[in-house]
Amino acid sequence: MTTATTGAATPTGVVGTAHTRVEGRDKVTGAARYAGEIPFAGLAHGWLVLSTVARGRILSVGTGPVLSMPGVLAVLHHGNAPRLTTDYVGMLGVPPDPTAAVFQDDRVPHAGWPVALVVAETPEQAREAAEALVVTYEREPHDIVFSDARPDTYPADGHLPALTEKGDMEAELAASAHVVDEEYTTPEEHHAMMEPHAATARWDGGRLDVVDSNQGTTWVADELVRMFSLDASAVRVRSEHVGGGFGSKRLRAHQVSAVMAATLLRRPVRVVLTRRQMFSLSGYRSPTTQRIRLGADPDGRLRALEHRSLNQTSTVWEFVEPSTGVARVLYDADAHRTENRVVRLDVPSPTWMRAPGEAPGSFAMEAALDELAEKCGLDPIELRLRNEPERGPVSGLEFAGRNLAACFREGARRFGWADRDPRPGVRREGRWLLGTGTAAASFPVGALPSTAAVTAEPDGTFTVRIAAADIGTGARTALTLVAADALRVPIVRVRVRIGDSDFGPAGIAGGSMGTRSWAWAVTAAAGELRERLAAGGTVPPEGITVRSDTTAALGALARKERHSYGAQFAEAAVDVTTGEVRVRRMLGVFAAGRIVNPLTARNQLVGGMTWGISMALHEEAVRDGASGGLYGGDLAGYHVASHADVPAIEADWVDDQDPDDPVGIKGIGEVGIVGAAAAVANAVWHATGVRHRCLPIRPDRVLRAGGPRV
Amino acid sequence: MREFDYRRADDVSGAVALLGADPDARYLGGGTNLVDLMKTGVERPARIVDVRALPLDRIEPAGDGGLRIGATVTNSDLAAHPGVRDRYPALTQAVLAGASGQLRNMATVGGNLLQRTRCGYFTDVTKPCNKRAPGSGCPAVEGEHRNHAVLGASEHCVAVHPSDMGVALTAFDAVVSYETADGPGELPLADFYLPVGDTPHRETALPPGALITGVTLPPAPVAARSRYRKVRERASYAFAIGSVAGALDVSGGVVRDVRLALGAVASRPWRARAAERVLTGAPATAEYFAAAADAELAAARPLPDNGHKVTLMRNLVVSVLSELAEEAAR
Repeated sequence: MTTATTGAATPTGVVGTAHTRVEGRDKVTGAARYAGEIPFAGLAHGWLVLSTVARGRILSVGTGPVLSMPGVLAVLHHGNAPRLTTDYVGMLGVPPDPTAAVFQDDRVPHAGWPVALVVAETPEQAREAAEALVVTYEREPHDIVFSDARPDTYPADGHLPALTEKGDMEAELAASAHVVDEEYTTPEEHHAMMEPHAATARWDGGRLDVVDSNQGTTWVADELVRMFSLDASAVRVRSEHVGGGFGSKRLRAHQVSAVMAATLLRRPVRVVLTRRQMFSLSGYRSPTTQRIRLGADPDGRLRALEHRSLNQTSTVWEFVEPSTGVARVLYDADAHRTENRVVRLDVPSPTWMRAPGEAPGSFAMEAALDELAEKCGLDPIELRLRNEPERGPVSGLEFAGRNLAACFREGARRFGWADRDPRPGVRREGRWLLGTGTAAASFPVGALPSTAAVTAEPDGTFTVRIAAADIGTGARTALTLVAADALRVPIVRVRVRIGDSDFGPAGIAGGSMGTRSWAWAVTAAAGELRERLAAGGTVPPEGITVRSDTTAALGALARKERHSYGAQFAEAAVDVTTGEVRVRRMLGVFAAGRIVNPLTARNQLVGGMTWGISMALHEEAVRDGASGGLYGGDLAGYHVASHADVPAIEADWVDDQDPDDPVGIKGIGEVGIVGAAAAVANAVWHATGVRHRCLPIRPDRVLRAGGPRV
Repeated sequence: MREFDYRRADDVSGAVALLGADPDARYLGGGTNLVDLMKTGVERPARIVDVRALPLDRIEPAGDGGLRIGATVTNSDLAAHPGVRDRYPALTQAVLAGASGQLRNMATVGGNLLQRTRCGYFTDVTKPCNKRAPGSGCPAVEGEHRNHAVLGASEHCVAVHPSDMGVALTAFDAVVSYETADGPGELPLADFYLPVGDTPHRETALPPGALITGVTLPPAPVAARSRYRKVRERASYAFAIGSVAGALDVSGGVVRDVRLALGAVASRPWRARAAERVLTGAPATAEYFAAAADAELAAARPLPDNGHKVTLMRNLVVSVLSELAEEAAR
């Protein structure tokens, strides 16, 4: 037993200072094991078989010949798989995507739908058998045509109301001196995170143990409990290291089919998605078609703002890409109308992808603002500053810190915006036309109820346990800093353990909510522990543990417009004779609450901005009309920005706090990508004088559009 | 994964013997394309004959200033070779414009010429493709073909050859040497690739079982002033949307000699002989460069979604030749 003490308080605190990842050394040396590479005795390997038709019914699954292939242990399909429960609403308030509830019937709702799992002793045997498995279908005509002109689009709520409306739109537009009325489109985009989905399922002492790569062990465990009708205490999900998630890593076909097979075979079963399987099984960002109408007075004040967005979803699951969210936050107008619509097609289910809604929505809205600035003869930053709302344009609520103007002012200063010649198409350097552009960014701030346990160990160290997920963000490190400050001890005395559903319920790494949600719980538990230790006494061998639960505190939060903000700047070079577009530099200045770890925060913001370059210029999944599947659905066909495409990118922030958060955190996960594509597109206009309203700004589009001959 | 037989050859005749007449056997060089295709099921060889260790990794002088490049010379070594850099700079530029450093360290010259198209229908075994599964159809004609051929294609296949290196080699009249069980042979690169016609699955004129042993670059003084420009939607690690290998000898403002080959426009690297004819003896001006490009592209038959490639190639030819002419004038 030792004397309980938190020792001398650290003089200034470590939150806000740069720290390398606590698990960084393990990661770069390979000591950190990812879900697909953790060894298990007696491990069997499952390989998913996906449909080759885009719509129809499974007529037969030719298991016979495959079962006699070397090493093959089982073939699971709709004819023999256990029935699952799917009529529930999960932790995030949505029903499960039936794509994850595999092998329940003979319907095939899209190309690449999971129709069977072949399990064998080795992955090679499983794959060979899976590729040999003959599945016959009754093929039906499929419909994958995404178009705003379709009669079967409908307004849909998702997490936000489908429609918000005030004022007389047509009257305000008619009274406007300047009107922008344009359509913008974004393509189908995929998460393409580095680590594929992978899970190993096994029964261990009457409990289901799933080693997975996901964005929330509580989330996945809860869905497995419901889907397989198990006791909550009978499921443990672990996910120690995650090589990227971006919204895609939730309950999916790989965990469910692995659990089915492990249950049937009574041995551990691993299922890993291939890159190509990920392109149809792990969600994606729907294409959007967005119509924006803006009307303004001669001085740029908005009289009318209409933002409509359409996205596609599958026939089995409704997902709304809430693109008009940015309009509901960033700009007010006398007449203000936003609407999100969806259309159901024979395509895979889309899902959350980094800055869902805001990423495509900000492209359209911020490009339209740039067009309006041109029409008004106003600097694009000045136009935005003139339209800074006092309160939430739709909600009427007060803002919990809105430092967008500060972002623009600081960004403009650092980017050299004041020297910018507003005329488009007049700067040339060799074969390149040069231009600069800017755009605003915002993303909602939120937190999910979480529990944490903080233990004072007898050796004077502290162990934090929380079912957080570090999907590459540096969350583990951020929580170490937060805990150290809350305990007032040096970080070397703090050990943070995450990624285990046995640590108690916690929110997900998603919606930019992770660090805020978990830091809140850690701060609460650590603070109480510190007080308890300060009262004196000794630490028993089992330590002293304090648990927290933020449910009540979050429920008591005042309703406000809570968002992170940013100002994006980009310089682009365009060769209109070849169609090449290259970004030369980018700057993002953000107001994203208190920054816990500047090193990893900058990482995340620069990552988001890099993705914005990718979104502006490269990323596009092409759906093949004839087959209904993707054309080039792999990383050879689906291009993201390469290193050579990523120029000098700077990300920084202005002082900002959420006054109601115990640490002052807002959230940085998504806001980095928001507005980035618009800034690039606006720079392309400034370079060439041509508006590109369809992403990505491909060479063929630039070539067709032409440009000035200066 | 399908099991296959792996053999390593020690000498050229041994390699040819190991492959034999087995249509399901493949030579393995760097494996940068074949192994990918095996992973995706496009290629399912029963036997692999690894030729990587063959003594074909040298670049040697040939003729009066020409070069003989061994088939297993890596892309990296080829690009770095002083003789290539000095006498055929467009070849170095073409090689360095392709793939990544890691891939170039593995990829070989012989394999580069035999790499397969990156058409997304060809590389996806769930879709029809006349090249992969003869008679199954070509969905690209009515489907996705933004980056497909505008020259020399047929209704049976509109895929493009992906090589950058091959475009420069084609411009410089390279000759391919090979070995068969019946002895050695040679094929000018101009005759190496077969017309698409209705047999897109038959890609080269190599006899069955032939092993490429090397590529000979004949002497070409004009090549000393040459350039390769590749256009792609991202700055690195992407196949061309269009590319040009050009060489220009200008004297007194008149084109004395010119070499021009186009990439990513046809099922093979495309030698622009019509353009060369227009230019030879003509003034070295942008006007004539454009006329030359137009002469070559008169044969273009774009599909609904790839007409931009004709514009691109015209612009690219003019741009590359103008740069070379400016360089010559300095």
